[in-house]
Amino acid sequence: MTRFRGRRLAACAAILVAAVALAACGSKTGQNTSSGGAVADTSGDTVKVGLLNSLSGTMAISEVTVRDSLLLAIEEINAAGGVLGKKIAPVSEDGASDWPTFAEKAEKLIQQDKVAAVFGCWTSASRKAVKPVFEKNKSLLFYPVQYEGLEQSPYIFYTGATTNQQIVPALDYLKSQGKTTIYLVGSDYVFPRTANKIIKAYAAANGMKVLGEDYAPLGSTEFGTIVNKVKASKAAAVFNTLNGDSNVAFFKEYKSAGLTAASMPVVSVSIAEEEVKSIGTQYLDGQLTAWNYYQTTAGAANDKFVKAYKAKYGADKPTSDPMEAAYVAVYLWKAMVEKAGSFDVEKVKAAADGITFDAPEGKVTVDGATQHISKTARIGKVGSDGLITEVWNSGSPVKPDPYLKGYPWATGLS
Amino acid sequence: MVILSQLFTGVSIGAVLLLIALGLSLTFGQMNVINMAHGEFIMAGAYTVYVLQQSITDAGLSLLVALPVAFGVTGVLGVILEFLLIRRLYTRPLDTLLVTWGVSLVLQQAARDVFGAPNVQTRAPDLLTGNVHIVGDLVLATNRLFILGLALAAVVVLSGVLRFSSLGRRIRAVVQNRDLAAVSGIPTGRVDRLTFFIGSGVAGVAGVALTLLGPIGPTMGTNIIIDAFLVVVVGGIGHLKGSVIVAFVLGVLQSMIEYSTTVSVAKVGVFIAIVAFLQWRPQGLFTLRTRSLA
Amino acid sequence: MIRSTFSSASLRVSAGFAAGAVLLFAVAPAALSDFRLGLLAKYLCIAMVAVGIGLAWGRGGLLTLGQGVFFGLGGYAMAMHLKLTDAGPGQLPDFMQLYGQLDELPAWWRPFASPYFALPAIVLLPMIVAFGLGSLVFRRRVRGAYFAILSQALAAAMAIFLIGQQGTTGGTNGLTDFEGFFGYDLDDPINQRMVYFIIAGTLLALLLLTRQLIRSRYGELLVAVRDSEERVRFLGYNPANVKLVAYVVAAGMAGLAGALFVPAVGIINPALIGIVPSIEFVIGVAVGGRATLLGPVLGAVAVAWAKTALSEQFPAAWTYLQGLLFIVVVAFLPGGLASLITLARRRFRRTSEESTAVGKPPSPAPAAAEEVAA
Repeated sequence: MTRFRGRRLAACAAILVAAVALAACGSKTGQNTSSGGAVADTSGDTVKVGLLNSLSGTMAISEVTVRDSLLLAIEEINAAGGVLGKKIAPVSEDGASDWPTFAEKAEKLIQQDKVAAVFGCWTSASRKAVKPVFEKNKSLLFYPVQYEGLEQSPYIFYTGATTNQQIVPALDYLKSQGKTTIYLVGSDYVFPRTANKIIKAYAAANGMKVLGEDYAPLGSTEFGTIVNKVKASKAAAVFNTLNGDSNVAFFKEYKSAGLTAASMPVVSVSIAEEEVKSIGTQYLDGQLTAWNYYQTTAGAANDKFVKAYKAKYGADKPTSDPMEAAYVAVYLWKAMVEKAGSFDVEKVKAAADGITFDAPEGKVTVDGATQHISKTARIGKVGSDGLITEVWNSGSPVKPDPYLKGYPWATGLS
Repeated sequence: MVILSQLFTGVSIGAVLLLIALGLSLTFGQMNVINMAHGEFIMAGAYTVYVLQQSITDAGLSLLVALPVAFGVTGVLGVILEFLLIRRLYTRPLDTLLVTWGVSLVLQQAARDVFGAPNVQTRAPDLLTGNVHIVGDLVLATNRLFILGLALAAVVVLSGVLRFSSLGRRIRAVVQNRDLAAVSGIPTGRVDRLTFFIGSGVAGVAGVALTLLGPIGPTMGTNIIIDAFLVVVVGGIGHLKGSVIVAFVLGVLQSMIEYSTTVSVAKVGVFIAIVAFLQWRPQGLFTLRTRSLA
Repeated sequence: MIRSTFSSASLRVSAGFAAGAVLLFAVAPAALSDFRLGLLAKYLCIAMVAVGIGLAWGRGGLLTLGQGVFFGLGGYAMAMHLKLTDAGPGQLPDFMQLYGQLDELPAWWRPFASPYFALPAIVLLPMIVAFGLGSLVFRRRVRGAYFAILSQALAAAMAIFLIGQQGTTGGTNGLTDFEGFFGYDLDDPINQRMVYFIIAGTLLALLLLTRQLIRSRYGELLVAVRDSEERVRFLGYNPANVKLVAYVVAAGMAGLAGALFVPAVGIINPALIGIVPSIEFVIGVAVGGRATLLGPVLGAVAVAWAKTALSEQFPAAWTYLQGLLFIVVVAFLPGGLASLITLARRRFRRTSEESTAVGKPPSPAPAAAEEVAA
């Protein structure tokens, strides 16, 4: 009996020793390794791209629309002859609103499917989870959502707004309207916390006063206390960085407390046309949002986009900013590939600087240094028909500045 | 002034908790069945409002109609669940927890497939989106007053049924001694099913009330269910009054901590308070004295 | 007589372990691509948690719906160490520089810079927390459903707490983007294989440990507490202590699993700790067979694999299947798939060798030879 056990344990120990010995073969950190650099499979007459969105779980609400929009762009490009003579074959993966799953699926798209580029991710957390995967494999991600800035991965192109294209213009707008006291309400995660840090720095330098700051856990639907605090503060405006479901509860509570767009306007940065629909115009009428694109944005490119989207997915489906940014991302990638004359990641990156596209939101230009794009900032008002109409825009596209280096008040933030 | 409006908020959080926990205190408290799909029954109640509003345009009327309809819909859901699964698991309470968790996953995905993943929108009557001005800055939101009233009404009706009706007597008899009840000629199986019908039906009513406060979507049930279970656990098995007291205490505690700190701290604080409380009274606030050793 | 059947069983177990070791160490690395091997490493981490749940729940009747907490504690302990090593001495980890308002490392991070603190901590930290909570809760005879709900609430509270401390814990993002693992570059596929081997070896070691525990006098006592706590109490044992040991051991295993999950998957975040992942740990155990030794491992790996495979094809179908698995297995097959095998084997044996006098006793084996001799 003991003999057996002893032998077993010895075997086990031997295995462990062997494992450790194997380990010695691996490279140490700091050594220059030849690892990574998965090569896209571009043989044949199609080229694969990955679509990485949450199709299930809490984020599916938003991310499915982005996926639909990506598919529309791919369909249009294929109908017009594809990229470098090859048709695009999309491979769609479900991130399931779970960040490790995003990392797993990204790895699968790159290594198993050998895609030329991946489009997708929504939350900052999912982007942070996949970032090392793309950097390790030297593969490209196009990220289509407004985010908190302070990032510049060599293998990610950011087609959504960074802070100086959304939050800073929104603050400029509030200042121009004479709203000098604000209250900050946000969901408890990276984007709101970082956004509020920037807002506080801006306020300090621009004579505005932040009267309070509150965070609710993601998915929280009890806003009685927070609205009480907001109301008691008597701020001139509220800056809202809540995400998803929480917005519904917040605005219902806000109205019940007797607060309105006229008495204390709320500027939201995460409420687009789709969210307006699920919160209800009853509660949102007249409130403000900050984006780079609305369904109502004027221009031939947008008319075409909205028409094509509704034709494909139904007349009642609104288009929104992240959807537009995703749509633009595919076209920008196409332009980069064609300029480079190759699907090779490094060549595509090298070709990126200065590429322009006549997007639904207006002309956008890729900034090669930051891999962000210049975008027009807009403030819109929610109408009783559920659509958002523009009340202000920045006039010309704002150059991306993810680390806010061009703003003296922002030194020390990053 | 702020303290007063915070107190009101706390009481109304308590009312919401109470409405959610009331059905549980019947099914868990009386029958010792842990129904994790209770949250999805609440969701079903909320979707009932949405469906009804497709045909009834008047928001107030649709809400009034929704109350009994939701009660019926979720009650029947509960009976189906009891008949198909829970009936087989009365001796294995922990396994009911896992089975009903599975049911809740299926119901959530079903809601997603039927109504779509995005939240749906319901209309509230203007009367319930305003507020009543009391004094100074103190205003009481009418939707919260409505929910408070609804919760109290539900408690009165339920405890009335339990105490005075023959069904109530039978339910209590089965809870206290199932075997003795059975030999006295009480059809315990049917009593179980009726209890489950009422408990689940109350979840539907809670769902209707929640449309006034928050989002109506596939995941709305999961966010609230744990809080509701804690209310019943702390309140003690087999007593409605325990749940009532605990719901209001937790509501006020939560809102008071939240006001001076943050939501996260409040949630963690409430949890610590609960563990500490269970150290002092492991069977909850009120205990049912039975001869069983458990 | 007993002795002879026992040692033949022991031989079979040894053979089983040897086969498992060959499968994990030779077949899998040869047959699977780097990507699939990485996935297997992740599944094996989940399987480690399952071994602990099998012990606490299957053997001890403690349905712990909060294993995510211990998984997270182990994972964060490891992740903090790796982050600090990446940053180098005296430096702040990257996310703190970005999101924190800190000028220096918080005090509770500091000890994790040393591997001599961090490595024991990945196991001891979860065990200490489990000990603290368990000794409070079990001693007051909070049990059954009450314990399950409390452990679930603990998972929820822990996740909310971590999210709230963004500056020091990375908030919802969690900790991610690790460069090295004790000096080895994690981007190198060879080193990823090394991580896999460590995980596979650890899993085997945990299985051996659990087997010894189950077969010991303590294992008998644990099953007795599960089946009739009052009788055990009347026999003069303290059931609280018996349960506490199982709970603490399970917590330690979950912590180890979390720690190894970090280099294998490259991320640890609050979403891995909350209610949903904690209950998902349980499903694999239920499917495989909660009271058996290997059932939880096979169940956990099978369920995790099914999740990956199905969600690649039909994202919505996975949720339905997961729900149905919970319903069907727990309601109609409480012994899990392992009970099918036992059933089949018993039927087979009955038909083939009727003459065998020693009937196989129902799942937990009665007093083993060692105790008889002792």
